[in-house]
Order: sequence, then C-alpha cells, then structure tokens
Amino acid sequence: MIEFDHVTKRYKSNVGLDDVSVKIDEGDFVFLVGPSGAGKSTFVKLILRELVADRGTITVKGKNVTKMSAREVPKLRRNIGIVFQDFRLLPKKTVYENVAFAMEIIHKPRKAIKKHVPQALTMMGIADKAKKYPDELSAGEQQRVAIARAIVNRPKILIADEPTGNLDPDTAWEIMQLLNQINQLGTTIVMVTHAKDIVDKMEKRVIAIEKGRIVRDEKGMYGYKEALADSTNMFDTIAVKKRDTFRAGFRRGGRK
Amino acid sequence: MKTFFYTLKQAFIQFGRNRSMSLISIFAITCMLLILSLFFIMFINVNAAAESVKGDYNSIEIFLLDETTPEQADVMVQDMKQQKGVSDAFYKTKDEAMAEFKARWGDNGYLLDGLADNPLPNSVVVMISDLEQADALAAHAEEYEGIEDVKYYKSTVDKLLKATKFIQISAVILMIFLIIVSIIVVSNTIKLTVFNRSEEISIMKYVGATNWFIRGPFLIEGILIGVLSAVLALAITYLLYGQIVDIIGDQVYQMLSTPMVPVGFLIYNFAWIFLALGVSIGSCGSIISMRKFLNA
Ligand SMILES: Nc1ncnc2c1ncn2[C@@H]1O[C@H](COP(=O)(O)OP(=O)(O)OP(=O)(O)O)[C@@H](O)[C@H]1O
Ligand SMILES: [Mg+2]
Repeated sequence: MIEFDHVTKRYKSNVGLDDVSVKIDEGDFVFLVGPSGAGKSTFVKLILRELVADRGTITVKGKNVTKMSAREVPKLRRNIGIVFQDFRLLPKKTVYENVAFAMEIIHKPRKAIKKHVPQALTMMGIADKAKKYPDELSAGEQQRVAIARAIVNRPKILIADEPTGNLDPDTAWEIMQLLNQINQLGTTIVMVTHAKDIVDKMEKRVIAIEKGRIVRDEKGMYGYKEALADSTNMFDTIAVKKRDTFRAGFRRGGRK
Repeated sequence: MKTFFYTLKQAFIQFGRNRSMSLISIFAITCMLLILSLFFIMFINVNAAAESVKGDYNSIEIFLLDETTPEQADVMVQDMKQQKGVSDAFYKTKDEAMAEFKARWGDNGYLLDGLADNPLPNSVVVMISDLEQADALAAHAEEYEGIEDVKYYKSTVDKLLKATKFIQISAVILMIFLIIVSIIVVSNTIKLTVFNRSEEISIMKYVGATNWFIRGPFLIEGILIGVLSAVLALAITYLLYGQIVDIIGDQVYQMLSTPMVPVGFLIYNFAWIFLALGVSIGSCGSIISMRKFLNA
C-alpha cells in the first residue's frame, strides 16, 4: 500500500529522512514513533506529497509518488484521509458542514453527501452534534469530527499525525478505539504518536525513527522508556484518583 | 455547473469580506486606467489630425514679400506649371487668404475685423500631382526672388507623425508600467483574502481539491476587481471626454480644421481595451498571489 525505497529528504541544513526503506501493507495499522525532530512528520508529508523526496522512490497504492505531476496530486490525496493534532476544523461551519465540505470540494453528488456524512458522524458517535459549531464541542468531539471528515470519502489510507496529542488519556483511548474500528473495516492506518501507553496497549506494528533513520520496526512496544512529549504517555499508569487531578490540571494548562 | 455557482458565490463572499481592500484596489486600478485613457485620447486625436492633414500633402504654398508684384508672381506660377509633377498653380492674394481664414474661424471670424492691416501675405499655391517630386519642387521654389517663405505641408505632417509615434511609444511604456503596478495591487488584495482563508485552503488541499478549484473563487474575485475598475474608468472617461468635446470641440475644429474624435467612437473602442485589461490584470494578479500558496 505504501512503500519507501531508499528515500532521502533533506532540508537546507537538517536531515528529514535518511535512506529510509519500508513497506506498509494494505490493512496494516502502523505506529510511527521517535523523538522530536526525528523525521516522522517528514515521512507523513512525503506520503501526501506535500514534500518531494530528494532521492529514492515512494509508492502509494501502486502509484509512484516521487514522479507524480502536480496535477495528479489531488487524485492521490483523495485516497488518503488525514487527521492532525490540532483538528483543523473550519470554525464558521457546523459539524455537518465541516464533514460535507470534504465531499463538496471534490464534486461528490449531493445525494452521496446526504447519505455518507450522517453515516460518518454516526460511526464517530457524534450524530447528535451535527448542527453544532466546533467551538461548542469538547476536544475529543472535535477530533471525532476531524476523523469523520477524513474518512467520509472512504480513503484506503488514513494518516494521523499525533491525533491524541491534545487529548486527555480517556478521550485519547476512545479515539484509538475509533481508529481501530476504521482499520478493521480495511483502511490502512499510519499514526504518528508520542503516547507510549497507547502504543504499548494497542500491540500494533511500531516503526521507530531517529535522526531520519528507521532504528526499529517490530510488533508491539513503544520502546522508549521516557515519556517523550505529551502527557498522554502517562495514560493508564496513573491511578484513577490521581488521573482526575491530573486531567483538571491538563485542561487548565494544555488547551487554549 | 454546481461548481461554477459555488465558485461564483465564494468570490462574492470574499469580495464582501475584503470590501475596503477591494475598493481601494478598484480605485487604484481605475486611476491607472484613466491615466492610460488620457494617453489613448491624445494618441487617437493626434492620429486623426495627422490623417486629415495628410490631404494637404499635395500642396506647396510660396509666401511672397509685400513688394513682390503680381507680375512677378505670375512668372512663378507659369514656371511652376512647367515643372514635372505639378497639376496646377495659382496666385492667391492676401485678401483671399484672409477670407479663407475668416471662414475657418466661423462665428469668431468678426474678431479678425478688428485688425487694422491684413497681416497675411500674398502667395502662390502649387498643387502637386506626384508626391515623389514634392521635396524637389519645394527646393526649386526656395530659389525664387521676392519670396518670404515656402510652406510645404509635408513637414507639418511629418511632425505630427513623429508626435504620434512618440505618444504611441510612451503609451506602450506607460501601459506596461501601469499594468504591472495594477497586477501587484490586485495580487496584494487577493493575498489578503487568501490569507484569511488559508486554513480552509489547506484543508481543501489535503482532501484533494484541484488547484483550479481552489483558485476559482480568487480568480473571479480578481476579475471582478478588474472589470469593475474598467467599467468605472470607462464611465469617467465618457463623461469627461464628452464634456471636453462639447466645450472645446468647436475651437479645436476651427484651429486645426480637424474634428475631435467623437465620444461614442472612442468609448466603443476603449470598452474592449479596458475590459481586456481589467480581466487580465485581475486574473494575473490573483494567480500570482496564489502561486506560492498552491505549490506545496
Ligand atoms: N520546513 C523545514 N525546513 C527546515 N527543516 C525542517 C523543516 N521541517 C522539518 N525540518 C527539520 O527536519 C527534521 C525532521 O522534522 P520532522 O518534522 O519530520 O520531525 P518530527 O519527527 O515530526 O518531530 P515532532 O515529533 O516534533 O513533530 C527536524 O530536524 C526539523 O527541524
Ligand atoms: Mg511532527
């Protein structure tokens, strides 16, 4: 489904990716882990062809992305759903409109929009929020909207760059359940994360990147002892009581 | 079709949201088009004058000194009639010249009655049938005794043609300059809207909207700015030039004996030029403003 063959991507002075070869099969669920600045987002952007590799070839769904012309890029992206840490919903559109937007701009017929948007919202458990605006929703609900938008066009691949980064542990875990469901329906998922506990608990394939190189690729564990970035790493390791106090603090400090 | 309406709707919404900037750029582009139209008007009128004066190519007028007798003049007339390329030659008294002059001044002719003396000279008018000979004939006329000046209209026409050429070249340079400035003005205005909608655009890109689809509303917004400026500039030109023709048209005709280009003809021709300019300025401006944004 996704294949990197000796891919190198450099920025002016930094290394993005350095001679990376990896293969992700159809239906896989892959975690991409590694310290900050390791090249995880670079990896994701190369798949989406937001960036073009300096060397090597990237194949997505049998198409050579590195040789792709700018005109073919939209077609590529229609096959890939994407979810970000900061949701990226349009604040002036309702939940329904935000999801429908993804279909409208690629000229899907109105009938299909009317059918698929409610389906996606129901699947994400937010059908009752359809008429609300993003700022009326909790962070978890907003991320569900973002995921609904990412899958409403039924992409073969779903890419999530730290989708739980802004969420508290419980909500993060709920989101993981939803992603797992989507994966079970046949969508290949690549998820960038710093959340050790989520990775350990999910027991999926883990690709670890450091300084632009793949240092580990195996099923199971997150592999880093320390919590690398966001607080969701502490998921599950904190007793319930403690967690509640923590969550209150997180809400105060973490989100705007 | 649905896409088209979506694009159109977005363009108007953007235009509305960005109203003050849009109006400022319309104002700026209208001013540029007006400067341009000033040059076009000069060009067209000088050109028309040159065309009509060209008819005078075929005559040389030899102005005589006051002491030159009609008999001496008759010698010149006869000599000229012998020359190759001359169709006719005749003697014109200062009184005849004054009568012609008065006729040309029309209603204002009475002003000339105030003159104590007729300041115009007697002259010999030579009609030329072969323009190739004009220069030689003029040179020949210069050699007569008792003449004050040889007026050969080719030099006037040449001067006019030179003026047209000069105005033409300046107009082209000015036009290029103004178009570039206008495109920059539009592109900066559009950039503002693009910036306001950058979030939406980035989502559109991620979901796989084509560049042209994303560009559409901005393109229309730019074209809207361009076309509105063109219409405004056209209306102002129409009103002002109409007034000018009304006020000084008669005088210009009397003095140059060529009419000013009528306002209807002018506007009809300007309409196409301005609209074409407006559309190209608008679309170039918006495409430039989005170029960096879409290349990712
Ligand atoms: N646009 C850019 N210009 C220059 N250098 C860049 C650019 N984007 C990323 N880099 C550099 O490339 C390296 C890899 O960046 P990347 O964003 O892929 O890291 P990451 O693994 O996603 O990090 P994080 O976990 O913090 O999101 C880093 O050293 C980063 O500074
Ligand atoms: Mg990153």
